[in-house]
Amino acid sequence: MKIEDKKRVLREMVLHRRFEERCYQAYIERKIGGFLHLYPGQEACCNGVMEAARPGQDYVITGYRDHVHAIKCGADPKEVMAELYGKETGSSKGRGGSMHIFDAAHHFMGGYALVGGPFPLAAGIAKAIQLKGGDEIAICFLGDAANNQGVFHETLNMAALWKLPVLFVCENNLYGIGTSIERSTAVIHQHKRVAAYNIPSAECDGQDIDIVYQHARTAVDHVRAGNGPYFLELMTYRYRGHSMSDSRGYRSREEEEEWKQRDPIFMLRDRLITADALTLADFEAMEKEIDAYIENEVIKFAEESPEPRVEDLEKYVLADRESQQPWLTGKAA
Amino acid sequence: MAQIMLWEAIQRAHDEEMSRDPLVICMGEDIGVAGGTYKATKGLYEKYGPLRVMDTPISEGGFTGLAIGASFLGVRPIVEIMSVNFAWLAMDQMFNSAAKIRYMSGGQIEAPCVFRSAGGAAHQLGAQHSARMEKVFMGVAGLRVVTPSNPKQAYGLLKSAIRSNDPVFINEHELMYNMKGEVPDSEYFHPLEGSDIARSGTDVTLFGYNISVHWCLKAAEILDKQYGISAEVVDLYSLAPLDRAGIKQSVSKTHRVVIAEEDEAPVGVGSEIIAIINEECFFELDAAPVRVHSALVPQPYNHTLEKAAIPDHEDVVKAVLKLFGKA
Ligand SMILES: Cc1ncc(C[n+]2csc(CCOP(=O)(O)OP(=O)(O)O)c2C)c(N)n1
Ligand SMILES: [Mg+2]
Repeated sequence: MKIEDKKRVLREMVLHRRFEERCYQAYIERKIGGFLHLYPGQEACCNGVMEAARPGQDYVITGYRDHVHAIKCGADPKEVMAELYGKETGSSKGRGGSMHIFDAAHHFMGGYALVGGPFPLAAGIAKAIQLKGGDEIAICFLGDAANNQGVFHETLNMAALWKLPVLFVCENNLYGIGTSIERSTAVIHQHKRVAAYNIPSAECDGQDIDIVYQHARTAVDHVRAGNGPYFLELMTYRYRGHSMSDSRGYRSREEEEEWKQRDPIFMLRDRLITADALTLADFEAMEKEIDAYIENEVIKFAEESPEPRVEDLEKYVLADRESQQPWLTGKAA
Repeated sequence: MAQIMLWEAIQRAHDEEMSRDPLVICMGEDIGVAGGTYKATKGLYEKYGPLRVMDTPISEGGFTGLAIGASFLGVRPIVEIMSVNFAWLAMDQMFNSAAKIRYMSGGQIEAPCVFRSAGGAAHQLGAQHSARMEKVFMGVAGLRVVTPSNPKQAYGLLKSAIRSNDPVFINEHELMYNMKGEVPDSEYFHPLEGSDIARSGTDVTLFGYNISVHWCLKAAEILDKQYGISAEVVDLYSLAPLDRAGIKQSVSKTHRVVIAEEDEAPVGVGSEIIAIINEECFFELDAAPVRVHSALVPQPYNHTLEKAAIPDHEDVVKAVLKLFGKA
């Protein structure tokens, strides 16, 4: 990554961090309901991979920890926040919520709440790309615990068999809710599990964006060149609880502190400062500016947007209900 | 109009749609090189090749999800699930991904997928290969469910399902693939919603769908010849949504109702039709509606027990006679 790109990415990562922290606050104020899964600590994963890919063009799919992935693909933070507020102006018109952010225009194919569910969907998106002959790729970001679902294995098999252009990114944060990986999974290093399907893979530090980027470069190039799937495992950590009702009794504060010593944002910041590309004052000013943007634009938009109309409750259930098509009436097209 | 078998009708719908639109593809176990367990995809592999006619591994959840993901980008996959008993493994993807995607994305993404599957009790296939599961599919928001009773419907419903932007589950019957019937020579789309009057009558309405339409038709014949009772047979080829208007219309005409279904009764098509009658036209009824259905048992292997578990046209006749106080 060039210095200019690194500076831009640092800014994006700060936005991602501050956005999520602001969500936390809004949740406490009961502006956001339901489940809320936050991303702080893992920013280098999404950012490092997507810097090596083409955000907005390549198709991205993920689980319920999805706000940052959507924004990185090009979704407007205002619309993402409005979605969390359940507003009509939200990314999914208030019908989805935190776990179901979508931005089809930017090829962000969603936010899914069934652990492992996106695996085959990602392969299907790759199948569609293959049929249409484009040079986009599908990128599937999921957690470590998702790999214990049957569809993980089913999908790896099919993706390898049919050489589908899909990159699986495993954000291994060592926990699935409150169960640590040693307690749920016979193999800690997830990339070893894909070897059985003849899929090339790599594991790397998920906290250092330069390392993530470097490995993602290889992975993305491999997939885009038509060589079939690739599996990239990023060792990372989520700072907050799994969702909002999590007091983190299953792990020690020392372990958390140890990971925070290698914070993805601060590591990149310090590297840029050492390279004389940034000062601490620049960084602090940037943080302030981003906080102001979030408050004055993002939150304001979400607060002031209208609720969906109750009359529209059943809108979007069936496509053909909305457009009386010939295959409903039985008349030839 | 040519007389063709039901599997040929399905094959023809595949072929026409695949030759028209390169984004129509099909997939399933043994559908390609082997030509399909029920021949419904015979010859397509040779014509369209392995990229569009995909023999899948035995991974129902996986390949169904893969089809759904492809449909998000405008591909129109027709997924064959060899037997509806295996569809349980695919339901997570059908229900959680296909049926909900349009709603939860605020209309941004659609899943124009078709899932076809053979269900019903064939002969002595035992508990794990004899299920009827339409009741499970018909209560899911965002999913259409249709079920053909003859080759014309099989052809026309599949054509419409492929063109539809909604996910459609097509419930076929293992015993009906070789049934012959007339199918229009020119292209034909059967509506995905509504119902067909399979036989018109005045004294009682027999509601059926898929194989039970044939029990109803046979029963209507007997009722007419031997008992002078004129039965109307309504073919509910669309199970989701059910044709409220059609149900009301027929009940308002005959005032008596028998519902025949191969599925077990609890939480089924029959109970739903009775609920609709209650809501739409309760005071049109001259007698309480009667359900004819399977026993609530895992399908027994033994021939005699199997026959006892599954209803047929004689049970429909008996139910009607009871309604008229003749039994
Ligand atoms: C099919 C299914 N089973 C269980 C759950 C409940 N659940 C939600 S997240 C989660 C843990 C997933 O952990 P991981 O895949 O590592 O992702 P992370 O949350 O760590 O990012 C579980 C068990 C679910 N949503 N879906
Ligand atoms: Mg995890």
